[in-house]
Amino acid sequence: MLSLASVSAGYGSFQALFGVSLEVPKGEAGGVIGPNGAGKTTLMRVISGLIPMQEGVMTMDGRPVGGLPAHRMVEQGIAHVPEGRRLFPRLTVEENLRIGAFIPQARARFADQLDWVYTLFPRLKDRREQAAGTMSGGEQQMCAIGRALMSKPKVLLMDEPSAGLAPLVVQQVFDLVRRIREEGLTVLIVEQNVQQVLDVVDRAYLLEVGSIKLSGSAAELKNNSFIRQSYIGL
Amino acid sequence: MTFNRVLTLIGLAILIALPTFIPPYFLHLVIQILLWAFIYTAWALMGRFGFVSFGHGAFMGIGAYVPALLWNYYDLTPWIGIPLSLGISVLLAIIIGYPCFRLKVVGHYFALVTLALSQVVLLSLVAARDVTGGSLGFTQKTVGHSWYALQFPDKGYFYGIAVVLWLIGLLAWQRIDHGISREALEAISEDEDAAAAVGINVLREKLRVTVISAALTALGGAIYGQYIMYLNPETVSGIAVSLQIVFASIAGGVYSLLGPTVGSLLTLSLTEGLRVWFGANFIGAANTIYGILLVLCIIFMPQGIVGTIEGIKARRRRMAKPSAAPSNVRT
Repeated sequence: MLSLASVSAGYGSFQALFGVSLEVPKGEAGGVIGPNGAGKTTLMRVISGLIPMQEGVMTMDGRPVGGLPAHRMVEQGIAHVPEGRRLFPRLTVEENLRIGAFIPQARARFADQLDWVYTLFPRLKDRREQAAGTMSGGEQQMCAIGRALMSKPKVLLMDEPSAGLAPLVVQQVFDLVRRIREEGLTVLIVEQNVQQVLDVVDRAYLLEVGSIKLSGSAAELKNNSFIRQSYIGL
Repeated sequence: MTFNRVLTLIGLAILIALPTFIPPYFLHLVIQILLWAFIYTAWALMGRFGFVSFGHGAFMGIGAYVPALLWNYYDLTPWIGIPLSLGISVLLAIIIGYPCFRLKVVGHYFALVTLALSQVVLLSLVAARDVTGGSLGFTQKTVGHSWYALQFPDKGYFYGIAVVLWLIGLLAWQRIDHGISREALEAISEDEDAAAAVGINVLREKLRVTVISAALTALGGAIYGQYIMYLNPETVSGIAVSLQIVFASIAGGVYSLLGPTVGSLLTLSLTEGLRVWFGANFIGAANTIYGILLVLCIIFMPQGIVGTIEGIKARRRRMAKPSAAPSNVRT
């Protein structure tokens, strides 16, 4: 469904990604793991159009989408849950969700999508009138995911959903990811929490210094001695 | 709601009847209040979303000078000159806005860029002395009562025009407030990247509101120029005017429909009142008091006067109705 071939990108003269290729088939979940500064967030921002792609080909359902600006990517069915959640803190939960359905296609289905998100995350319904910035980290993550789902995406990009959360809440966030997968959504998730992420994805890529060093099914990577030594600590 | 509607109707009736019973000096004040209220409202269209422009003096100056110059030198009617000045303001807004928004120049940096814009237009007006009269100012050729020249010795006409203009300003505010643009702009003002990530065309939304705001400000400047019939770079353009626009709007309240209008009412009555009261006794005292009051206003009522009153009302309503929704950070 989402496919990247030899994608390069960077900031000004600094290159952060060197010919990255990856594939997320429909209905599957892909994971990108790697250390700090490997280019994981850059990769997510390139896919969601926040950073322009310098080279390579990116397709969505076979259509080339590389180089589109962020607001057009959402129309192509790619929704992004940014790193650090990035909610609109002074707006209420429901206002955040409403803005999530900003694009015309989503606006027309706003009520249905809102029901769906509230069924997935009943907690958000309880908190609908609350300013998003005043909720706990886990609830904010829930709201950020809900906001992305409001555009009825085909692919959901999640950047470090567990970052900055307490261990128990991290567990809850990964439960959320499982629930979203059960809804049939295609997911691409970037995480430093290697052990946890390999439990929820089908296929994973190891990104180091801007290029893919290893890739394989989640089970393969879990048993890979390099990953076990460097990232799981066994 | 119906009560509010009745109040609105009574207000409009008084507004229509006003010129028949107040003395010319006060009519002059009311016209100025309305014209400035229009300009402040135009500024607040973007100011309320945190796009603080210190460059609106430039748009006002262009609005005032372009039709006047065209009239004096080419006998071109303001009916063509004003749309031209609006066009020039829009063009300038795009020339400044596009790179700023593209390169994510926001907050203080945006304020500085627009501040420079104010100064550039002011200096250009002063430097083009042979054409604009420089710091000595500029007076339009008078032809007496004329719709063609948009000149009316009878203040009643300008009063009518000012009321219509002011209502146009309020209408523009309402249109944005009730439209989807408001959601988009609110999101952008909170977090530009997140707004882009949910599908908002950040550049387009910001540019659109900037262009609308600049065009309306130029229109306000044009009518103000036609009314006053004497243009001076310092009084219709430049940093002083830009600052006046920013402070008066904020003091009145940029988050409320009538905030900028109250800001205009307050600042003008204050300057006039202090001026009349002090007369020639303590030169500068009026300005000092005016400045102090403005600073106090902004410190203690960051939501502006109207915003603060609305906040108090909302709190009362909530106390009267304990089942109401839990409080929200915004008022």
